[in-house]
Amino acid sequence: MEKFGGKAIFKGVAIGKIVFGSKEKQQVRRTKITDVEAEKARYETAKEEAVKQLQGLYEKALKEVGEDNAAIFEVHQMMLEDDDFNEGIIEKIENQQVNADYAVAVTGDAMAEMFANMEDEYFKARAADIKDISERVISVLLGSTSLSQLSEPSIIVTEDLAPSETIQLDKNKLLAFVTELGSSNSHTAILARTMNLPALIGVKIDKEWNGKIGIVDGYKGIFIIDPDEETIEAYKEIQKKDTEKRELLKSLKGKKTISKSGKQIKLYANIGKPLDLGSVIENDAEGIGLFRSEFLYLDCDDFPTEEEQFAAYKKVAETMGGKKVIIRTLDLGADKQVDYFNLGKEDNPAMGYRAIRICLDRTDIFKTQLRALLRASAFGNIAVMYPMIISVDEVLQIKAIVEDVKNELRAENVKFNENIEQGIMIETPASVIMSYELAQNVDFFSIGTNDLTQYTLAIDRQNSKLDSINNPHHPAVLRSIKTVIENAHKAGIWAGICGELGADTTLTQTFLDYGIDELSVSPSFVLPVRKAVCSAD
Amino acid sequence: MKSFNYVITDEVGIHARPAGLLVKAAKGLSSKIVVKAGAKSADATKLMALMGLGVRKGTEVTVEVNGENEAADAVVIENFFKNNL
Repeated sequence: MEKFGGKAIFKGVAIGKIVFGSKEKQQVRRTKITDVEAEKARYETAKEEAVKQLQGLYEKALKEVGEDNAAIFEVHQMMLEDDDFNEGIIEKIENQQVNADYAVAVTGDAMAEMFANMEDEYFKARAADIKDISERVISVLLGSTSLSQLSEPSIIVTEDLAPSETIQLDKNKLLAFVTELGSSNSHTAILARTMNLPALIGVKIDKEWNGKIGIVDGYKGIFIIDPDEETIEAYKEIQKKDTEKRELLKSLKGKKTISKSGKQIKLYANIGKPLDLGSVIENDAEGIGLFRSEFLYLDCDDFPTEEEQFAAYKKVAETMGGKKVIIRTLDLGADKQVDYFNLGKEDNPAMGYRAIRICLDRTDIFKTQLRALLRASAFGNIAVMYPMIISVDEVLQIKAIVEDVKNELRAENVKFNENIEQGIMIETPASVIMSYELAQNVDFFSIGTNDLTQYTLAIDRQNSKLDSINNPHHPAVLRSIKTVIENAHKAGIWAGICGELGADTTLTQTFLDYGIDELSVSPSFVLPVRKAVCSAD
Repeated sequence: MKSFNYVITDEVGIHARPAGLLVKAAKGLSSKIVVKAGAKSADATKLMALMGLGVRKGTEVTVEVNGENEAADAVVIENFFKNNL
């Protein structure tokens, strides 16, 4: 068993026989011709044929991988019809009396060279396109056929794959491909991702591998040759899980999150940075139930400016279209230290100077964030959520500050959503006990079960010695959740869960019985939770 | 001659697809259209030359339109840049 590293361009696992695609460069010989006109005509005919082939590939790709990915073949057609490319070839045939195949090869190489020397990665990668089109014409001129048919499901190992070769391969027999060249920007890489094909690039390949069994691990970026039985079994297990996940995804994507008795749940995702938006969309979350704004404060040396925050919030709101995005205001504290805050060390940080307590003390920091949030609310469906609340008085203070900020913005003629929803996290026992009164003053509740469990049971969640008694299913926690939901409904507002317990599918039925309205979970749990809700009563 | 300046907003610059569309648009007009970026310039009817400019997002290009219908053609090409690049 041997392992080789490479760069993974699609996460997935493939196990199968290796077919080494020895890409013999087409032998182009320079020959002297006498009939220049006939040679020019030979070139024109071959070019027409190549354009026709590309049209066919475009239509095939359009059906299989969509317009965006098919566009490359349209571009190849345009490249083939480019004046400079054609004039270069014709000129060589005329001036040097050389054969068309040679003229095409030389002209293509020169143009590919030009792109290969460009600085920008995107343009550099176009060199492969030029090679692809010139080789296509040469193949027509030489009457040779491209890639042979695969006889059984195989892992293709080759120096490089042109986009046209990738699309021509019989997808039912193609398990994965491994190449030595290519970039993650290449069209082949993009096609692999679209076709859900495990693929590695940058692997030092060896033709001795032909016919052996290989495993492509697109998670770790390794290629295993001659794996032992144990390894094969381990990878088969990963493959099985992948398949299950994909099946789940397929069957649940675009479906409503609705129980058998007809109760519809808002199923949202929790995220910590704009980068996570991709997985939110991929996993089909119906909105964002908790967007932690701390990343803006943690990744820098000084307080993030209003503009920086505004840009980040706006981007998230716009990316999510009209879907709800609940942004939680700053939740830093003595346990999540940031140097420029100068918070100092505390003996009991979980109960210390943190979250809304800092914001109500340092209203300058809070106002900057609120201004950014309100401004961004004009660009999407943003709601604001405040953490660590223990009293109605805090909520009233917050609302007074929000009103101040709104007045400022009105005076400046800056647009924002006048009716922006404002909710609170329920994560302290005090907020559970006061939930009836709190509900009269806010638009929604979101229960943070991690801290609520810690504070209700008085169990430090960082202390591993206490793990055995740290039971988030404790009746005190569950009864708190029930109370909060009931009090929310009495005031006519909705209540959700954004803590880890929300993703615990053994409790989904219980939460539905309590009347939960929203569940917000990590993106990867969205579909499993949807499944649990749909199969609950 | 008519000319205008334009700052490219497309994420990858003048890449293959819009360059191809520009060629089509330029071939449909009677004016000679030249795209200049820094010291380089390219005829707008030539795909490889256009891509060879290596124009990225944020780069300002100057577009020169020459011919009998230059006024009208310049408007067409300017709109093309705004919509595609």
